[in-house]
Amino acid sequence: MFRRLPDAAGDNIAFTINGRRAQALAGDTVAAALLGAGIEHCRITPISGARRAPYCMMGVCFECLVTIDGVGNRQACLIPVRAGMRVETQQGARAIAEESHA
Amino acid sequence: MIREETEIAVVGGGLVGAAVAWGLARLGKRVTVLDEGDDAYRASRGNFALVWVQSKGLGMPEYAAWTKRSSAGWAGLASALKDEIAIDVAHRQPGGLTLSLSDDEHQRRIAQMQRLHNQHEMARYPYEVLDHAGTRQLLPDIGPEVAGGIYCPLDGHVNSLKLLRALHAALAARGACYRPNRPVAAITSRGGAFVLSGPWGELNSEKIVLAAGIGNARLGPLIGLDAPVRPQRGQIIVTEKAKPFLRYPIVTVRQTDEGGVMVGDSLEETGFENVVTTPIIATMADRAVRMFPMLAGLNVVRTWSALRVMSKDGFPIYDQSTTHPGAFLVTCHSGVTLAANHVFDIAPQIAAGRIADDLLPFSARRFHVPQAA
Repeated sequence: MFRRLPDAAGDNIAFTINGRRAQALAGDTVAAALLGAGIEHCRITPISGARRAPYCMMGVCFECLVTIDGVGNRQACLIPVRAGMRVETQQGARAIAEESHA
Repeated sequence: MIREETEIAVVGGGLVGAAVAWGLARLGKRVTVLDEGDDAYRASRGNFALVWVQSKGLGMPEYAAWTKRSSAGWAGLASALKDEIAIDVAHRQPGGLTLSLSDDEHQRRIAQMQRLHNQHEMARYPYEVLDHAGTRQLLPDIGPEVAGGIYCPLDGHVNSLKLLRALHAALAARGACYRPNRPVAAITSRGGAFVLSGPWGELNSEKIVLAAGIGNARLGPLIGLDAPVRPQRGQIIVTEKAKPFLRYPIVTVRQTDEGGVMVGDSLEETGFENVVTTPIIATMADRAVRMFPMLAGLNVVRTWSALRVMSKDGFPIYDQSTTHPGAFLVTCHSGVTLAANHVFDIAPQIAAGRIADDLLPFSARRFHVPQAA
């Protein structure tokens, strides 16, 4: 759905989406990296079970919530992607009781 | 100018007014609910949504019995709403707990429960005093500072926003009229009927029920009813939604049916100032995190404050006017807990024209007794 601009430049960064290897460019937000990697949705809403994807890309709409390195409900559009980051699409509400920092 | 007439005018469209109005409409009464607008204080939109029994009634055992009765009637209320308008208000009654963060606090709460239950003619209810280990069996996620808890199997909670919506849908389905943006400025009697008026026009009615929350203090005296109520502020925090992990509501911390965790742990006498203040919110958050350390990882979505409708002694007022027959007053700060009684007991009594004798202790006349020396 999304293609990178022809002049996009930066170091390649390896991370994972739901355990699968993926590539991003340094400076990408996690949301941009997910869209660049071709994901169609990043979460399932807790109440109605609808699929949602990054929307505003500027921290306002909270549609891009994902689990990053085991922590749920992170705003993917506000977090720069880092090498080795584990990103998981979120199924419903955040599972705080299963998170390791709890 | 609007001119309307009805059989029973209910002033106030919050949880109390809507519950009484629906109860009346179920009995075939013609009801019009007059409500204010979005600038009203609206305790019903800001409350904590517990259906709570434990700790209630110290100083008035009749209030303990009344609360216990509503808790017992709540499942019937929830199913009646589901039957009539297919809205699930998420009523759950797994029992609830009060947690203490020190031995002192725990002992104080135990002593309070004993005093409560030692009252003459107390309607006793079951409760269990738990130490840290006992509390942990019910709530595995408590922190090390929790000294103990008190569990009462009658306690529960609902989604109070869904409750308000359901009551309004239900009273509309029964043909009652809901009229927002109609503040009542004056009430007069004319030819055996009441005339309620405001900048919008007037409404004539045979009977009148004041359920206007803090507004009852001003409206009551217009028709011979005393309603010494004042605003008492409570502040609330709600977090992002999380998968269910709190099995029981705590009096100050509960997880809603939709997953958000609410924290509400304050009482302040600050008049009509319905703002949030950082020191109170910070203290509430700190206590909640000491009870459940995992809450520290949850993001706060919103904080707000709302104004409880508090009488002089903290108990409800149910009254009928002697100077203006047909005028009734209903006010309390537990519009969620007492909703079942308001639908199934108070509404039929008002429809019949008389508050029952066993509710006499709730009359505002209790405030007029000269204090014994």
